[in-house]
Amino acid sequence: MDKQKKVILTVIAAFITLFHLIPFYILITTSLKEKGDFSSKWVFPKHITLANFSDAWQAANLGNAFINSLIITFFSAVLLIFFGSLAAYPLARRQTKLNKYVYVIFIAVMVIPPLTALVPLYKLVVDIGLMNTHLVAILNNVAAYMPLTIFLYSGFIRSTIPKELEEAAKIDGASTIGTFYKVVFPLLKPVTASILIISCVFIWNDYQFAIFFLQADEMKTLTVALSGFFGQNTNNLNLVASAAIMAVAPMVVLFLFLQKHFIQGLASGSVKG
Amino acid sequence: MYLPALAVVCFFIIYPFLDGLKISFTNWDGFSQTFDYVGFKQYTRLLKDPDTWLVVGNTLLYGLGSTIFQNVLGLLYALLLNQSIKARAITRTIVYLPVIISPLIMGYIWYFFFAYQDGALNDALQFFGLHKINALGDPNMNKWLIVFVNTYQFVGIAMIIYLAGLQSISKDYYEAAQMDGATAFQQFKNITLPLLMPSVTINMVLNIIGGLKLFDVIIALTGGGPGNASQSMSTFMYDLYFNRQDAGYAATEGILMAVMILVISLAALIFFKRKEVEA
Repeated sequence: MDKQKKVILTVIAAFITLFHLIPFYILITTSLKEKGDFSSKWVFPKHITLANFSDAWQAANLGNAFINSLIITFFSAVLLIFFGSLAAYPLARRQTKLNKYVYVIFIAVMVIPPLTALVPLYKLVVDIGLMNTHLVAILNNVAAYMPLTIFLYSGFIRSTIPKELEEAAKIDGASTIGTFYKVVFPLLKPVTASILIISCVFIWNDYQFAIFFLQADEMKTLTVALSGFFGQNTNNLNLVASAAIMAVAPMVVLFLFLQKHFIQGLASGSVKG
Repeated sequence: MYLPALAVVCFFIIYPFLDGLKISFTNWDGFSQTFDYVGFKQYTRLLKDPDTWLVVGNTLLYGLGSTIFQNVLGLLYALLLNQSIKARAITRTIVYLPVIISPLIMGYIWYFFFAYQDGALNDALQFFGLHKINALGDPNMNKWLIVFVNTYQFVGIAMIIYLAGLQSISKDYYEAAQMDGATAFQQFKNITLPLLMPSVTINMVLNIIGGLKLFDVIIALTGGGPGNASQSMSTFMYDLYFNRQDAGYAATEGILMAVMILVISLAALIFFKRKEVEA
């Protein structure tokens, strides 16, 4: 590539970067401005204050919301990995007629967002007494991302795990479940990492399930806490901006550390999806 | 071994979906113990309701509009960032970063930009001596802003999938084409695009489903307003159930939404799958 062309392309890339940074710039400068500072959103604050962060943390009860989001994300991801891998194994390996039907059911469900059935789902949750519990958010998330998990696992098992390994373990007298956990599961590491990354991002960011089923104050997740906080503070955006930064910070930090895995995970996950 | 997984999917997705079919034939208000079966009344109401066509139109705009922008931009970004230029790694990171941020919070961040009072856009317009605009309150404009924000947030996924696709195309094709004297555009049209079709298929289907079920960004930016102007089917259904105590009708809208997503995403899948070629 000649030099002139390279310079032009680099300039274009720089413009794209700048454009994509605008919302982040506005978010950060807004959060650092003092209460009475009504200067333009484009202007850097004259006096930088961190008071908005501590005020917002307390007013929006973010500590409690962090714990709720953590509990829900952690247990949903563990259950997805555990039951998803266990389900994918026979569906990938034993192609009986029944198994083929079951696989088709999982795949068909993947296209339809669970919340198209909002009304009956809400009714169901009220009926079984799970409103405002961590469990309901966990089970809903597990159900919502289970088809994708099974799809990715079974594709990976079919295309990359040699059958001979499992047969050898069987000859040594291992049970099917024993073979799965001792031989197959460790080999699924790359796809497990992808699923973990994808599901954690989606579940951490979930708003729809949470706003329907977790409305009690002590049950609010980060997104729900933030939406209530925004509603009360539309004329104090400095405070909202600080709360938003604190809510996205863990994911951004995680992303910057695990960038390579994040990008690979989403790329391979979606290419096979 | 798949029984636990199947149980949770049946209980929380398939059963509610079938129950929703039943509720769509009732006049249930969402709270009472009693309700009547009303036959196809909710369905005829759905067809006659001007709001239905408004929100279906919006939903299609969000779904198809974001899909087009995300794919065109995502492909251009990927082509650019597949070249060996200096700013490559940092640009990729910045474009990708919004993908991991909650769509609700992304909506709030852009609210700071578009807000009528003290929004960044109006600050800039006034700086240049122009009139302030009520971008989020304008029913013709705010729909496109929702498409814009959704595109901004998820163009990174499209870009990454296209980059992965580009990197899997063998350099040999391009060398052979260059020997035959093919121009850059000819190479793109005859080599890159056909071999990139699997990535196109995935991006199309993913973005269509994502756009058609859009909820968070709308709530954050416009709340569906003014009136119903920027509601999607998701927000409309939520509104019908929780604010207007019209559960039977909300269930009917849910069925329509599920059918729409199923038909459009399957049509896209079949259409783009047919265009794929063997490498």
